[in-house]
Amino acid sequence: MTATAIRIQESALDPAHAVLDHTVPAGEPYLLAINQGQTLRIVDCEGNQAVDVIFYNRDEVAEHYSATETILRQSGIYLTTGSVLYSDDGNPMLTIVADTCGRHDTLGGACAAESNTVRYALQKKFMHSCRDNYLTALQHADIGLGKRDLVPNINFFMNVPVTETGDLTFADGVSAPGKYVELRAEMNLWMLVSNCPQMNNPCNAYNPTPARFLLWNP
Amino acid sequence: MEHPELALDNPPASAPVDAPEHWRRFAPDLDPAKVLFSELVPGGGHWSYRLPRGTALRITALDAGANLSVVLYSAQEKLERYNMPDSLKAQHTAHYTRGHVLMSDMGRSMASITADSLGWHDPLGLLLDNRLMREKYGDHAYQQYRNGMYRSGRDGLLIEIGKYGLAKRDLVAPVNFFSKVTVDEEGRFNYVPGHAQAGDYVDLRLDMDVIVAYSAAPHPLNPAPGYPANKIGLAVWRSGPAPADDYCRAFRPENARALHNSDMLYLI
Repeated sequence: MTATAIRIQESALDPAHAVLDHTVPAGEPYLLAINQGQTLRIVDCEGNQAVDVIFYNRDEVAEHYSATETILRQSGIYLTTGSVLYSDDGNPMLTIVADTCGRHDTLGGACAAESNTVRYALQKKFMHSCRDNYLTALQHADIGLGKRDLVPNINFFMNVPVTETGDLTFADGVSAPGKYVELRAEMNLWMLVSNCPQMNNPCNAYNPTPARFLLWNP
Repeated sequence: MEHPELALDNPPASAPVDAPEHWRRFAPDLDPAKVLFSELVPGGGHWSYRLPRGTALRITALDAGANLSVVLYSAQEKLERYNMPDSLKAQHTAHYTRGHVLMSDMGRSMASITADSLGWHDPLGLLLDNRLMREKYGDHAYQQYRNGMYRSGRDGLLIEIGKYGLAKRDLVAPVNFFSKVTVDEEGRFNYVPGHAQAGDYVDLRLDMDVIVAYSAAPHPLNPAPGYPANKIGLAVWRSGPAPADDYCRAFRPENARALHNSDMLYLI
């Protein structure tokens, strides 16, 4: 399948029936156990908020989401309805079953204090970052995951087009308040989230905002 | 079915070290006083080295359509490793050529591309695994094909990083030297056939002490019907660390800062 075009698909699921409804404030980490068969919805509450997510197989945590396996198997770089998220072992981890945003990135990675020194200025190193969020969540949870497991992630609601001449660009957000993406879990998962605190570029419209997570049983 | 390179007779006891100066054939412009060693890598072959800052890898395509998948880890702290997204977004690029640097997840330049005859190397990290290799080329296992067996890029890199205690979870997205993949407006991949020709080369200067692992297995999007067992020539030479007026430092301010961050590891 070539899952590349923008494919808008609304969901029929009712938030009143969700088994979890949790809002993560701006700039915070979140670690959530998701069971096979459950459906996850991530809501961009106020619009243009990058939500940086990595998934792990909860039954075998060395198996992680693989951006490269995912884009290779769909022969394209953008994620939207119908995209299957694959692990580094080539197993389906989740399937995007609904998407009112239409395009999500998996090449742009997660910001770090160190990469901020490179991208902006050496003095930016003391600003908050996604990778600090990831490490905070993993250090506290102590579930056998660490820095080595911080692999290229998904940036939900972020638009990072690649041009035919080989440039990586950061385009205006395709997201807006209330847009959401919904994924069905194909295995038991850990979801590691950083609600991106980046203030040096427009990925959060210079105003990081909350993100909402809902979960439904099958 | 053996690779010709592997079918050589064993060397005589009077000259037991078979380390000929391969580089004179594929990189004759290198300064003989600076060349440290060289190798011929058969298609699908894999190896790894621990190389210090200030050395450079001359990588040469010996056959048209060659591909070399390369991953880098800091030799001093293996938790620090090449990071595709950090490198691409810092340089706003989806291809590599002269001037670009390969950045670690710790904001340092691990290696710089200081020379390039080709203009485009694929940084998107796609890797041939066993499943895809069997689908494309059928089963060519050792029992029947001996050392002409097909090797996947993923297994080659897993073997190499395993030699340093690194596991499957540590395998990062590689750089695919000599391959070109463009992305259209819909995000779809377009593999460009006939990109690298025999003799194309790239110089990769190491900006810190690294473990470099590589596989010469084909790019997973290469549409050639048979397993493309294309050879690579490698020469390691003494380049010295990046000077103050280095081309890569001046290429982008991001690269200047990444090289500065590497320099900070080598204060005396």
